[in-house]
Amino acid sequence: MTWSRATETRAAAILARYPEKRSAVMPLLYLAMAEEGGDLTEDGMRRVAELTGLSAAQVQAVASFYTMYKRDGVGRYLVSVCTSISCMLCGGDEVLDAVADETGVPDGETGEDGLFSVEHVECIGACGGAPAVQVNYELVEGVTPEQARSLCRWLAEQRPETVVGDDLQERFGGQRSFDWGPEEAEGATGPVPAFGPLGTTGERS
Amino acid sequence: MTRILLSRMEAHPSDSHTLARYEATGGYAPLRKALGMAPEDIVAEVKAANLRGRGGASFPCGVKWGFLAPAEPRYLVINADESEPGTFKDRQLLERDPHQLLEGIIISSFALGVHHAFVYVRGEYPRPARRIQAAIDEAYAAGYLGADVAGSGYSLDVTVHLGGGAYICGEETALLNSLEGRRGEPRIKPPFPAVEGLYAKPTIVNNVETISNIPWIVEHGGAAYDAIGPEGSRGTKLFSLSGHVRKPGNYELVMGMSWREMIYDIGGGIRDGNALKAWIPGGASAPWFVEEHLDTPVTIDDIASNLSMIGSGAIVVMDETTCMVKAALRVVRFFSHESCGQCTPCREGTTWLQQVLTRLEAGDGRDIDLDLLLDISDNISPGLAWPPGMTTICPLGPSAVSPITSLAKYFKDEVVAHVHEGGCPLA
Ligand SMILES: Cc1cc2nc3c(=O)[nH]c(=O)nc-3n(C[C@H](O)[C@H](O)[C@H](O)COP(=O)(O)O)c2cc1C
Ligand code: SF4
Ligand code: FES
Repeated sequence: MTWSRATETRAAAILARYPEKRSAVMPLLYLAMAEEGGDLTEDGMRRVAELTGLSAAQVQAVASFYTMYKRDGVGRYLVSVCTSISCMLCGGDEVLDAVADETGVPDGETGEDGLFSVEHVECIGACGGAPAVQVNYELVEGVTPEQARSLCRWLAEQRPETVVGDDLQERFGGQRSFDWGPEEAEGATGPVPAFGPLGTTGERS
Repeated sequence: MTRILLSRMEAHPSDSHTLARYEATGGYAPLRKALGMAPEDIVAEVKAANLRGRGGASFPCGVKWGFLAPAEPRYLVINADESEPGTFKDRQLLERDPHQLLEGIIISSFALGVHHAFVYVRGEYPRPARRIQAAIDEAYAAGYLGADVAGSGYSLDVTVHLGGGAYICGEETALLNSLEGRRGEPRIKPPFPAVEGLYAKPTIVNNVETISNIPWIVEHGGAAYDAIGPEGSRGTKLFSLSGHVRKPGNYELVMGMSWREMIYDIGGGIRDGNALKAWIPGGASAPWFVEEHLDTPVTIDDIASNLSMIGSGAIVVMDETTCMVKAALRVVRFFSHESCGQCTPCREGTTWLQQVLTRLEAGDGRDIDLDLLLDISDNISPGLAWPPGMTTICPLGPSAVSPITSLAKYFKDEVVAHVHEGGCPLA
């Protein structure tokens, strides 16, 4: 199996970033997910194995170690609510309840229509703006349970192609860990971190 | 107000991350100076600065650099995995002043004879990764990276690597395994990375904040850095304040103030006029402090002699409304979730600790539970001492013990009340 021409070109560029092919496993796994709308499939892992010279079992062993490689599928919008210590102290548990209730998707699951996945996560480095939430790893801080509900409704109604952290913060956020720089236009096109070399960023429309 | 790390972003909030602003505020002049120095003289300046690592272990940076073995190639790896609950300082450095870090990387690489450096950014930090990558792209275009760094003939490439959501990859040898495309499991030390690191080659691993100090040290000299702050805690330190303080955030501070000043002046005191109950002085791994510590000094060595640690500089403040069993459970849950599973005491022990705390919090606790928690903890970290005794490959297992010993030391009555009242007495 090979990927689309554009994805294969991207894979070659990723491999060229490392002195040893094996090191490209993690970024290539993200690429494989992006290719399949967020899911890490057997085929995807096999292609990563071919490209890195590893066995399929070795690639699976790596993929299963890390929580961000979603082998059981993931929704179009992955809503991650921090319930680690600082966010818990500031109401993160209530935010998680609100998200689960508003989307109808319990913690750790994906809705039947594939629109949302909901998960509680450990600290995402936004404790000064607790409670913190990420949508497709784009950050919004200082979220109240009410704002979390509005956020989920907005995603369901607008279905944005690209999710941009600054945009979420402006619409649904509050207290931030620190002042952010100028508005960013780049964001995530799926439930994979938006990072240029992975080819997973999109522009706000 | 002494500023080393945050001056640019404070003065120029709109564009402190750009190359244009960085150069306009003196950026990359230290690099030119460094390229005219002998590499060993740069190492000597960093040694003289007495800069201690900001990633958690507080190891002197220059001393570590001195351990780098002579074999080639060698690597520099920047630890931007920042995942210790309560910590968000490296994110600010990456987002708001990425060139400061990058210049530190280039100078450090030159000093260490490195031609390929890596920045390992946690997977949940795409925006910080975008910012440091954009800075790297600008630096290549401007000739600060690549085959001929600033016309010196020295060559350097920098690769940003995204993690996959695993706290343990912050541990330096797990990070190296991860960067090699393996499971992020810590390695047995020795050999230390400085001798056998990435691809079994000599490797220096340093934290984002540590390396962000390097341009200033080269510009002003190691002695100038060593003149700031109390002995053993030189320079400035970024503290991440969170929890029940009125003014959470990152603060760049010269150490030596009391905890009272830290929490009440810098942090603005406790929200809603509530009373302070406890705080975590150095990230989730650190044993807790309580009222009796309020007038002890905030320095690396004083925190250690008071049986905790500065760790990553993350201060989590808890007020009188906080259930300590719940807080301990949240911290233990973290370590249980993040255990890589290689060592039985860590893998099984953290799971058991979580189970016992869960039943205590739910009101199903038993009289023996506190002893049971301590017994399990003793199996993870024999003697329950500080610094912790180790039966495990890395310190993650013993970290899960910190909230347990803290509960036993300061909140025994509250644990007992959970048993006798069938749940939290505060609820
Ligand atoms: C479980 C564990 C997690 C760690 N996480 C981090 C981290 O996220 N960032 C970091 O810089 N250091 C972390 N460290 C410390 C690193 O192992 C290492 O000491 C550090 O990166 C060295 O850099 P420094 O000397 O500049 O502090 C962690 C250590 C352990 C045991
Ligand atoms: S102590 Fe825990 S996290 Fe560290 S190596 Fe052992 S099992 Fe893994
Ligand atoms: S505890 Fe939630 S972001 Fe750190």
